[in-house]
Amino acid sequence: MSEAGKVWALHLGLLGLLFALQFVLPAYHHGNLARVMVLASFAVGYNLMFGYTGLLSLGHAMFFAAGMYGMGLAMRHLGWTPGPALIAGVLSGVVLALVVGALALRTVGVGFMIVTLMFAQAVYLVALYFGEWTRGDEGFVIQQAERVMMGLDLSQPGPRYFVAFVLFSACMLLSLRVMQSGFGKVLIAIRENEERARMLGYNVFRHKLGAVALSGGIAAAAGAFYGLLFGYVGATFATTQYSILPLLWVLLGGAGTILGPFVGTLFAFYLIDISSGFTTAHMLVVGVVLVALALFARQGIVGELRARLWRWLP
Amino acid sequence: MDFGAHLLLASLEGAVTAAVLTLTALGLSLVFGIMRVVNVAHGEFYMLGAVIAWFVATSLGGHPALGFMAALVVAPVLVGLLAAAADVTLLKRVDYDPERTIVVTIGLLYIIQQVALMTYGPEARPVQEPFNHRIMLPLFSWQDGFYFPSGWGAPSTTSYKLFVIGSAAAVLLGVWLLMTRTKIGLVMRATQLDREMAQVFGVAVERVYALVFGLGAALAALGAVLVVPIQQAHYLMGHDPLLLSFIVVIIGGLGSLPGTVLAAVLIGMSDGIISVFFSPTLAKILATLLVALVLVFRPQGLFGTRAA
Amino acid sequence: MSLLSTQGLTKAFGGLTAVSDVDFELPQGEIRALIGPNGAGKTTFVGLLCGRMAPSAGTVRFDGQDISRLAAHERIRLGIAYTFQITSVFARLSAHENVALAVRRRGGDAVREVPEALQRVGLRDRAGDLAGDLSYGHQRLLEIAMGLAQKPRLLILDEPTQGLADSEIDAFCALVRGLAPETTVLLIEHNMSVVMRVAQKITVLNFGAVLAEGAPEVVQADPAVQAAYLGGVEA
Repeated sequence: MSEAGKVWALHLGLLGLLFALQFVLPAYHHGNLARVMVLASFAVGYNLMFGYTGLLSLGHAMFFAAGMYGMGLAMRHLGWTPGPALIAGVLSGVVLALVVGALALRTVGVGFMIVTLMFAQAVYLVALYFGEWTRGDEGFVIQQAERVMMGLDLSQPGPRYFVAFVLFSACMLLSLRVMQSGFGKVLIAIRENEERARMLGYNVFRHKLGAVALSGGIAAAAGAFYGLLFGYVGATFATTQYSILPLLWVLLGGAGTILGPFVGTLFAFYLIDISSGFTTAHMLVVGVVLVALALFARQGIVGELRARLWRWLP
Repeated sequence: MDFGAHLLLASLEGAVTAAVLTLTALGLSLVFGIMRVVNVAHGEFYMLGAVIAWFVATSLGGHPALGFMAALVVAPVLVGLLAAAADVTLLKRVDYDPERTIVVTIGLLYIIQQVALMTYGPEARPVQEPFNHRIMLPLFSWQDGFYFPSGWGAPSTTSYKLFVIGSAAAVLLGVWLLMTRTKIGLVMRATQLDREMAQVFGVAVERVYALVFGLGAALAALGAVLVVPIQQAHYLMGHDPLLLSFIVVIIGGLGSLPGTVLAAVLIGMSDGIISVFFSPTLAKILATLLVALVLVFRPQGLFGTRAA
Repeated sequence: MSLLSTQGLTKAFGGLTAVSDVDFELPQGEIRALIGPNGAGKTTFVGLLCGRMAPSAGTVRFDGQDISRLAAHERIRLGIAYTFQITSVFARLSAHENVALAVRRRGGDAVREVPEALQRVGLRDRAGDLAGDLSYGHQRLLEIAMGLAQKPRLLILDEPTQGLADSEIDAFCALVRGLAPETTVLLIEHNMSVVMRVAQKITVLNFGAVLAEGAPEVVQADPAVQAAYLGGVEA
């Protein structure tokens, strides 16, 4: 099989497996996997910026939260139906990403990390400040009756899994297509050697801004769907912890690989799930894994696979 | 209370905040200035200082001052040693690469925080202050000159709060002397200016780094021990000091010590004053946005002059 | 008419003037060598030409247009290509992809043109290798292939033969001579035998200013040039 053939076979194969699993998984894992797929979509967005473009953001929770609030506030206060509300969520994320990107991309390295961290913190505080509308940390519930889209009752496990699957498939295939395109190759070139890319005539700033907008848009889509599928919108999702988690998932699965975000999210989800069975301090696992990754496995699971076995993995 | 009394109280509260913040931010600034890495776990070293202070103060009986004074020594030393160990075992292994260091220190943040949760627990606990006298404050008016108002609501502070301000000033002076008048300080400054060159001249850069990382953490712990009789020790208390320290270090100019001190005093004072008059959330929003915009448009900091 | 010209081009770093009031004309189709002792300001000068840094004073014109205010990538898009003095390839991408990035920017067909460009520098059989795994000399050649693949009107080569073997240098000289007259070449070079073989005209920079300019034989015999080199670091 050609390399392109192998790539498509592998990725479509994973999607096929995920689709089939909904019919066989026991209820508990069925629910978990639906959640993992939505969170993995968040990680896919994060990976476009961090893994492929080399921009380490410490504030991606703000895009996730922008999507969630864009969707949730439109439904709660404007009485929108889920379809338009989801679009409002994604657009909120893209607009926020363009504004933050236009400012933050004037800095590099540590400066960029801190600027994104600060903007995310400001977004979180804004959500608290307008607590009358957002209900702050407490959050608000989206009623079951409102969570119906195209005849699907999203509060039911079956439709919920299916919609999560569609979202994840769309995000993963989008990221695969982008990274196979000329635009994606330029992003990788910028990650590898920004000055060289500039001296080949590429507008580095615009490409980076494009990556930030795309990444923020996907993260916002994940946030909007998360709020809709699980019926809850709250400021917790804007905290720093939700900026660190996608970094952890992507590092764990393999930064700059298409499958890495999913593998990392799945692995971390069950790691935390299992450890919270016997301790309240389950974030300890996150800490230990982060340190171990930085020390021993910089490429993550899929990255190590690519380095050792399958050079053709995108 | 009239406006003058309000303002006076707010300024005093601000001065206490500023004193603690100066110590904490100074630690972060030293680490960033000399080692060129961002320590995201800095707030957790602060929290550890407070928690250890509680352990020390409760396990030692007798007069509260005894336990507190012991904590004032033990907590910074222990935290400093722990940080130095983390430097040698972890940060050195990732070659102080900025991105990997951030990931490692984020990991450390969760590890320290969660271990504190498992051992110390989720409760907030106070440490008794070593001494505490109410001190009435004079007000000034054009008719009467200075006078002491009487009755309920008369402005007052405690001797302990003045002690916090005094101690912070003393420690600051100590750090300044260390940096400018001792051989260790000279070696640190040389490493800050040019790591390779320092190495060529026989500076054991690795040891300097461990020392600086330990000293930075110890300063945070010291700030926390001073504050713990006023606030309480809690395993999540490191978050705000980390954020405020970041703000201070950036506004003051990354790695500039005088700038850091100036910014800490300014922000500590204004934080105290603003939160008396305005919503603290709004103040925090403005502060975080200010930091982001300073980094974007004036990366050398508001007080820095050096090109970034 | 000149393809490239500068008027009063100056760059000062603090108190140090690296390039001082340079007037420079490069006619269409010429192969020009830019030489000078170490620290003469050659790399700074070409950095100003392609916008890697902003001038303190003066203008740069390309094809009749004032490009002094344009960003680096905009100048490259007008038809200037620059190859780096210090090898600067995309180490974790294949040699093919390195060149393809150069081809695709101007809308070229990577499938057809990349093998061509690699062929011209003798790297066709290394297309699949990671650029970082190539030998130093091969990385220099890849850098040149990336310059060629941009099909530039002006190709600026910053010390291209450094680290090449003698046989590779011969091939390089033939390659550059074959570029004219479609492509104008500005060559910064230390290796005088390369300069004498390919350059139609030489400009000598010293202390950031033009010391001499003319045909290779004339410049080589110029006593001022000889003095500059003897007074400099190398002979």
